[in-house]
Amino acid sequence: MLDDFFSRALIAGVGVALVAGPLGCFIVWRRLAYFGDTLSHAALLGVALAFLLEVNITLTVFAVSALISVALLFLQKRATLSADSLLGLLAHSALALGLVALAFMSWVRMDLMGFLFGDILAVSRVDIAVIYIGGAAVLGVLALIWRPLFAATVNQEIADAEGTRPARANFVFMLLMAAVIAISMKIVGVLLITAMLIIPAAAARRFSTGPEQMAVLAAAIGAACVVAGLFGSLEWDTPSGPSIVVAALVFFLISVSPIAGLILRLIRASPVSNRG
Amino acid sequence: MLENATPLISLDSAGLFRDGRWLVRGVDLELRPGEIVTLIGPNGSGKSTTAKMALGILTPSEGTARRRDRLVVGYVPQRVSIDWTLPLSVERFMRLTGRLARREADDAMAATGVEHLRHAEVRTLSGGEFQRVMLARAIARKPDLLVLDEPVQGVDFTGEIALYELIGQIRDKIGCGILLISHDLHVVMAATDRVICLNGHVCCSGTPTVVASSEAYRTLFGGRAAPALAVYEHSHDHTHLPDGRVQHADGTITDHCHPDDGHHHDGAAKREKEHGSAG
Repeated sequence: MLDDFFSRALIAGVGVALVAGPLGCFIVWRRLAYFGDTLSHAALLGVALAFLLEVNITLTVFAVSALISVALLFLQKRATLSADSLLGLLAHSALALGLVALAFMSWVRMDLMGFLFGDILAVSRVDIAVIYIGGAAVLGVLALIWRPLFAATVNQEIADAEGTRPARANFVFMLLMAAVIAISMKIVGVLLITAMLIIPAAAARRFSTGPEQMAVLAAAIGAACVVAGLFGSLEWDTPSGPSIVVAALVFFLISVSPIAGLILRLIRASPVSNRG
Repeated sequence: MLENATPLISLDSAGLFRDGRWLVRGVDLELRPGEIVTLIGPNGSGKSTTAKMALGILTPSEGTARRRDRLVVGYVPQRVSIDWTLPLSVERFMRLTGRLARREADDAMAATGVEHLRHAEVRTLSGGEFQRVMLARAIARKPDLLVLDEPVQGVDFTGEIALYELIGQIRDKIGCGILLISHDLHVVMAATDRVICLNGHVCCSGTPTVVASSEAYRTLFGGRAAPALAVYEHSHDHTHLPDGRVQHADGTITDHCHPDDGHHHDGAAKREKEHGSAG
């Protein structure tokens, strides 16, 4: 099955979606969408550096994203700029720097579009291994810090006062974000990673009554988006990464439409799910 | 007996400097198990800041804040807003910062009268309901120290009395120390052992007069309130003027009011006496 490029794309895409869903919930809850954007734009700088130093791309992207998030934590504490201006500054400077650096490296022959918008159909077996091993590690760590991270999301001061060490959970969360961006860059590209993180989570919100449930649902919806998007791109010959994001958008629109409200009322009215 | 116990928290001339000014300065505070201390003062007087220094959320810029080792804290902040994007039921909120057996959660919710809201989404609760849910969450942890920042806000007079009675019962039942913050400058909880009046520094401190013990107060507040409320009589040696300057008992006016400007002989002497009797 792994011999077929389309099956590989499906497996890789679903793997990324399963990790992006739960992490994306925190991005939605903490209003970090723009932060995710910043990290993913910085990923292109990581790609350029990887070519320059001839090292592993995924690891370099992870390192650069992690560095940027630490820089952000630091700058937010002292800089006079507001957080959103700071994010915009870092996001686009990093993206521009990456593009300029790649232009200078005339000896590098690479598909820039592949990095910007993803190249899921060119996924190799090694890529799949990276996604599933890296993804399992990310989900494992997320499960470990789940309670303190969620407590810090609800209220930083309660979390701090009651000793759940929110600063540590926040820092680990930043590293997880960097890791997800590094492993999912190839699937949807640096410009669309944030969409994979937040749209399935946003679609899951209306159907969720608890944080854990929303995380699972976001992962499931994300996986469905990947499958729908890839088959769509095969059918209509459209670019795969953007097709996945369009599929996610459709899921989101359905979730906020009156139809979903109707279904929801039916489910809640039935005695089985009333035990909550 | 209580005097000998290790303090749960202690602030030693703690102060916090932020954005070019002192939010609060020179606060001495000790809280022992089973004790209730009420912080009162006008808005912006540094009550919440003092509590946050005691809790370790804020690090004092001068002086020290100490907490006992392995202190279990239950904290009800002044303002908590739950974002729409967060799907959070009361039941899940109860387990926010630690595991909780179902029994413990049930008992705490029953104590504050929010058992029926178990499955409700937190953001749909009214102000008073949410306040009681937060209190339930804090006491379900069986804390050594309970910090309540204006727990009676958004609660009517009868509710306030009921809540004070409940807080007193909690103290008696789990024997925790309670740090209570109130914006009411004159009426405090009857079970309060000590009142500290803040306005950028400790203006005065002492014990309140229980309403029930005075005929006049009893008439004023009504019989139902009598056991729960107490009136605190301030003894200030200075006045805070509207422009932020301070007029002292001897008529002089200074820009600030902190322990080392020489106008607080009384306070210093009292502190020494307290330290003497504690040791």
